Amino acid sequence: MSLFEILTNYTVQNVVIGAVLLGCVSGLLGTFAVLRQQSLLGDTLAHAALPGVCIGFLIAGGRHLGWIMAGALATGVITAMFVVLVVKRSRLKTDAALGIGLSVTFAAGVVLLTYIQGTAGASQGGLDSFLFGQAAATRRSDLWVMGAVTLAALVLVLACWKQFKLVVFDPLFARSIGVPVVALEVLLTAMIALAVVVGLQMVGVVLMTAMVIAPAAAARQWIGRLEHMVPLAMLMGVIAGVCGALISAWGNHLATGPLVVLSATVLVLISLLAAPGRGIIRERIDRWRARRALGQRQVLATLYKLAIKHRDRYYPAELGMLDSFFGLGTRRALQRLERQGLVARVGHMREEGPHWTLTDAGYDQAQRQAAFVTPEDGSRDRGSPDPSTRGHGTSEHG
Amino acid sequence: MAAFFGNPTLMIILTGALVGISGALLGTFLILRRNAMLVDAISHSIVFGIVVVWLITWATSGPVQILGAALAGLLTVFLTELLANTRRVRMDAAIGLVFPALFAAGVLLLNIYARDVHLDTHTVLLGEIGFVWLDTVTVAGIEIPRSVVWMGTLTLINAVFVIAFFKELKLSTFDPGLATALGLAPTAMFYALLTLTSATAVAAFDAVGAVLYIAFVIVPPAAAYLLTDRLIPMLVWAAAIGVISSATGYAAAIALDVSIGGMMALMTGACFGLAFLFGPRYGLVAQAWRQYMRRYADESRALVVHLYEHEGNPEAARENVVPALQKHLGWDPAKAEQVLRRSLRRGLVLREGTGLHLTRRGRQAARELLEY
Repeated sequence: MSLFEILTNYTVQNVVIGAVLLGCVSGLLGTFAVLRQQSLLGDTLAHAALPGVCIGFLIAGGRHLGWIMAGALATGVITAMFVVLVVKRSRLKTDAALGIGLSVTFAAGVVLLTYIQGTAGASQGGLDSFLFGQAAATRRSDLWVMGAVTLAALVLVLACWKQFKLVVFDPLFARSIGVPVVALEVLLTAMIALAVVVGLQMVGVVLMTAMVIAPAAAARQWIGRLEHMVPLAMLMGVIAGVCGALISAWGNHLATGPLVVLSATVLVLISLLAAPGRGIIRERIDRWRARRALGQRQVLATLYKLAIKHRDRYYPAELGMLDSFFGLGTRRALQRLERQGLVARVGHMREEGPHWTLTDAGYDQAQRQAAFVTPEDGSRDRGSPDPSTRGHGTSEHG
Repeated sequence: MAAFFGNPTLMIILTGALVGISGALLGTFLILRRNAMLVDAISHSIVFGIVVVWLITWATSGPVQILGAALAGLLTVFLTELLANTRRVRMDAAIGLVFPALFAAGVLLLNIYARDVHLDTHTVLLGEIGFVWLDTVTVAGIEIPRSVVWMGTLTLINAVFVIAFFKELKLSTFDPGLATALGLAPTAMFYALLTLTSATAVAAFDAVGAVLYIAFVIVPPAAAYLLTDRLIPMLVWAAAIGVISSATGYAAAIALDVSIGGMMALMTGACFGLAFLFGPRYGLVAQAWRQYMRRYADESRALVVHLYEHEGNPEAARENVVPALQKHLGWDPAKAEQVLRRSLRRGLVLREGTGLHLTRRGRQAARELLEY
């Protein structure tokens, strides 16, 4: 299929719109989950949606997305409350509570699923698809439901923006000024369930975990402020969703859910590596530069000490000696210093190899450097009989 | 023997019980180490390992499959720690990023290469414990279901591991610092535990699927943790809950005609619910009862101290009477009457008309409270 055919295909259009909605809502609500360190609650609530899907199906008597989403929301919220109850009233920790909630609700879902298959007969078609999602089966009516939920989530977040922000970053302060923290925490948790619910059709209950976490985790690498992080996370979610949907259509209807999740994962990897402030590549470059600068300073300091020791401002130091002093090549550091006009080559005893000396600018800089690092030490060096032997001593230990 | 291994019902329950026992042996330590969610991650990402090994060797079970998928489990843990160690995402988010990615990759590979084979996505999640007795191998002249053979082997390995390294496991779970100091390599223990968890997950995969396996590893030990404070009873309780869940789950599933594996996993949840509510010391009922008893004791204490303070003083006639309790202790008449009746029953107080006197025991109780 060409790109034009893909974009004008009715099914593909539905899938792409669905993916955009999913991306918006999971980026929007996932941000709060990740910042509140509730990433894995998303995992639990995603699995907990399965029995809700079945209950919604049983109530509506058919595959009606509105009822199914309502059911999934209800079981999600109940499971979240169960997790809180177990953590508060037993000696089990959050991880165990989440694990129990996840596995037991999923088991209940499996049981209900087989019960429906046993009784409802043919009309259960497509209920299995909520496990992994079946984006291609998305109907226009489903999109309206998903759109309404997304809009509701957006309105909710905008309406309670200040309060949510306080609860996320400083719940103690929020409580002290009379913000209803518990109610808002419940609301934020319920919103994770809401994000899960929108993703049911697209990626299914099992893969929703990634959609709650990945866009927010990716956005966090680029930006620190919540005001910017939320829209960026939504954008990340939309990119992942649309990429997944298009690759799926282009690749002859590969499963959309895994592709969306893998796209989101790739976005996270890119963000981790390439984000300007926190990125790993940036960090590596900074560290390398710092190491290089430190090397230069050390070479400069050594030349300075040698100059002082020999009471000769332009004392020529031999390259080989400097190399053995540092135990590594200093030629490059010297070349960079030369370019900065801090050292200069001198033709002193050619048979012994190249020699280097400080320029006036280099001498001044080294003096400033020494004064900045250890002012007393520098003055003592001046008077001490042989500072360079001490330097040699340390290099031997190193 | 042959009749035993030929009985579908027994074989199904046995498989479930073996999953329960092998899971309990590992899960106990994972719960105590607070790594329950790693089980979740491993169980999902072994799907990736299983698919990759299947694509390479066309083996759907057996030692290669178990080894390959166990490596995928370890890869998950390794990648998660790698990601968390960059300190750019937190540990929980790292878990939630790594395993869905591997799981999605596994599902996608299935989607591309294996549209109509044994390994469909349905089996991946749910397993087919109801059919374990159909697929048999002959061991020592007896036809034994393949799942029973593999689960039995893994249960044995897990049991040997836990018994052989019991001291090491115990110490590295409760005091990793001391374990390191004594040269017991707690990290190696941790990775060994997770390797076995992945290997067992693969063996259990055919029977109960990837997600239901989580229930067998996490839930029985969590329930056992609410029943006892000691490690060996906890292991025993957890294994017992696994076995009970298998048997009751099978019965319930047959009665309701629903998924057997799902029902077994649901039963572990029911057992947890019972332990959470009625556990002897940590159960909600026991907690509520303790709280009730404490309040009750506090009220009696307030009464005896009040009486003791005024005993023998001129104002005793005014203070140590029933109406004074309402005014001075702030109790309404019904409550004052209730506390009084309890204290009378416990032999702390005597009533003469409206006047109240301490008994010897009551006086002693008040003195104890005031003097310490």
